[in-house]
Amino acid sequence: MSTSSTVVLVLAVFGASTVEMVEALTIVVAAGVTRSWRSSLEGAAAAAAVLAIIVLAVGVPLIHYVPINALRVVVGALLLVLGLSWLRKSILRASGHKALHDEDAIFAATSAELATPASSSSAPKRRDAIGFSVAFKGVFLEGMEVVLIVVSLGASQHRLGIAAASAVAAALVVAAVGALVAKQLSQVPENTIKIVVGIMLTSFGLFWVGEGAGAHWPGSDAAIILLIGIFSVVTIGSIAWLRTLHPTTHRQPTDAVASERVEE
Amino acid sequence: MRSISRGVRAFGLFWWDFLVGDTPELLIAVVLIVALALLLRHHHDIAIVLLPAVTVLFLLVSTFRGRQRDGSRDKP
Repeated sequence: MSTSSTVVLVLAVFGASTVEMVEALTIVVAAGVTRSWRSSLEGAAAAAAVLAIIVLAVGVPLIHYVPINALRVVVGALLLVLGLSWLRKSILRASGHKALHDEDAIFAATSAELATPASSSSAPKRRDAIGFSVAFKGVFLEGMEVVLIVVSLGASQHRLGIAAASAVAAALVVAAVGALVAKQLSQVPENTIKIVVGIMLTSFGLFWVGEGAGAHWPGSDAAIILLIGIFSVVTIGSIAWLRTLHPTTHRQPTDAVASERVEE
Repeated sequence: MRSISRGVRAFGLFWWDFLVGDTPELLIAVVLIVALALLLRHHHDIAIVLLPAVTVLFLLVSTFRGRQRDGSRDKP
């Protein structure tokens, strides 16, 4: 496996993990502020532990027991589904045809949902089941896509350790930035990161589907860079073209929250 | 027993949402791309041109379809 494809692997996992962790952290902070920080952080930590166990339980057997070409076709197909879906959604958002992901609105909505009389009581906040479960679900659901990407890319390239380390690094960076900046994560250029990661996942997915099926890409692993170039041009062109058309959806934070809950 | 069936249901829902969600055309596209890759495994020159071309085509069609669908959803 060449250095270039390892670098692309690290960037793809790091970017995907960053996007998902920003979304998860918004929910964890909302649960912490409105319910109990202790329960919220425990819920997040428990979900992270479960996700790590899934990576080990699924990823390691995949590497050792599944024929590499079959694995690459299946993994490539999964990456294509995920990559094309992210790319499509982020093109529509970047061109103004779909509401942008709004962390501020999600934070406000989650806080409003969690703000019950129990949270405003003067009793010292210890363990809170709702805060724990909301944080757990937030991190677990957002993290599942990261697990899929880590296992897929890591197993198909026999780089599970590097892929997992990239995801953990992204989670730590997002958590550190979130704690240091001490404000909402709406400043993160989430859609731009999603476009870049969508391009990478689509390129990797197509590359592995071809390789696993028996086709030989010119330049071997270097073809991934070429595919990234092709999808970058198509993405930029699509955004530019769609911007010239009349936008059908404007930024509507309240609507965005409702749709994002369904369309993460 | 109840928690097991709830877990199985949640697992199924996750995969349904992941693979199908609101873009079933992308799943169909990926199935076709995989089939095409398997069919063309002995024709490398055609495969390396057709696979990216078909993927780009499906992406554009799905994106344009998404634009139209969101537009019609917004109309009163």
